[in-house]
Amino acid sequence: MKISKSPWILHYDGSSCNGCDIEVLASTTPRYDLERFGIINTGDPKHADVFLITGGVNYQNRDVVQQLYSQMPDPKVVVAVGICACDGGVFKDCYNIIGGVDKVIPVDVYVPGCAARPESIIDGVVKALAILDKKRERMAQGLVPDEKVWTNTIVRPGSQEKQED
Amino acid sequence: MLYVLGFIFVILGPFLGGLLSGVDRVFSARMQRRQGPPLLQPFADYAKFMQKKAYIINGLQTFLITGHLIFVILAGWILYAGQDILLSIFSLTLSEMFLCMAAFSASAPYSNMSAQRELLQMACTEPMLLMIAIGFYLSSGSFMVTDIVAQKTPAIIHVPGFFLGFLVILVVELRKSPFDVSTSHHAHQEMVKGVTTDITGSLMGIVELSEWYEYFLMFSYVALYFVSSNPLSLLVGILMGCLVMFLMTLIDNTFPRVRWERMLSVCWATTLIFAGGNLLLLTLLKMF
Ligand code: SF4
Repeated sequence: MKISKSPWILHYDGSSCNGCDIEVLASTTPRYDLERFGIINTGDPKHADVFLITGGVNYQNRDVVQQLYSQMPDPKVVVAVGICACDGGVFKDCYNIIGGVDKVIPVDVYVPGCAARPESIIDGVVKALAILDKKRERMAQGLVPDEKVWTNTIVRPGSQEKQED
Repeated sequence: MLYVLGFIFVILGPFLGGLLSGVDRVFSARMQRRQGPPLLQPFADYAKFMQKKAYIINGLQTFLITGHLIFVILAGWILYAGQDILLSIFSLTLSEMFLCMAAFSASAPYSNMSAQRELLQMACTEPMLLMIAIGFYLSSGSFMVTDIVAQKTPAIIHVPGFFLGFLVILVVELRKSPFDVSTSHHAHQEMVKGVTTDITGSLMGIVELSEWYEYFLMFSYVALYFVSSNPLSLLVGILMGCLVMFLMTLIDNTFPRVRWERMLSVCWATTLIFAGGNLLLLTLLKMF
């Protein structure tokens, strides 16, 4: 059986305005019913396959995001929900914001929108599942799950230009 | 011959248990006006866990989780091979102890806290589980399952109180309620994922597998109350087993937010009233 038949989601609220979080929670309500696809909203990173992040990353939650990501066993995918998680959105130029989620961990699917609608969130997760299966196939062949090598580019406080980390 | 039946349980148990848990999830969803997952979802979950990488925290964890599985299988085997029901219950308790110790072996605080609460949970269910064996002994005069199923009248006629008490702890035993202890499939638990918080990959698959065995074992305990020497009673047993499982889903959805303090008082009170009352009545009836 394919791994995408049972994707469990870990939802983390970065520095979002909560708009996107409400939508994520909405998509787990009976009206949209994520469990149709076998999806369970779990609170445990060690059981999760899909990492759903809303909001951008700041200097305080950077470690938390990386910690959660590292606790998820391979194969795993990351979905950035909302324009804030994609590239910082309206908070992009704030002094404390590093930027989108892809500044600290590799992101597989970007779901735009402010706030992203439940339909597009579900759509994004379903897209991510195809990637999850691909990663599992690569693992079965003895390769690393990710196709591209991800490089971490973050802007350090005090410096103006981007640095390679 | 009976030993063969035991081995049939070992093979068929997880399929039927997994099916029971799938039906439970579909019914649960329908009660919440959702469509719910496919019927075979538990098997998909199992397959997924087996394909994921396991982050094993210490060598002990693998041993303890395997012990958990083996003793729950043994508990079922003993029951179906027609052996001593007391032994079956002890084996079940031991298997739960193993899971608890696996949770204690991890250094994560949530895992430890859940293990402590799991111990509390066991303190609630163990007295009644023992009472079940006593109930069967009172009705049939023997602890052997072969003697229990050979009675003229089913056990439920003699010990309805024990059965009612068992129903109450069954909710706890199947990890339906209370929400701040149990490792159920619901989102937003107080304890993250209970005792399985730190169990990953194939080890988690083994935990799921033992859960199915346990599901089917509980189903069998329920059915045992209705089985007598009449072959038709087997049908009644299976029917009642299904009915009780449905009841468990209903209770789970009706009282989603029961806390562990509540569990303590309710479990012990019902054990005392139902099982104790039944015991007293039987003793009095024997005296006069
Ligand atoms: S994308 Fe819009 S709704 Fe979502 S967190 Fe950002 S500001 Fe809020």
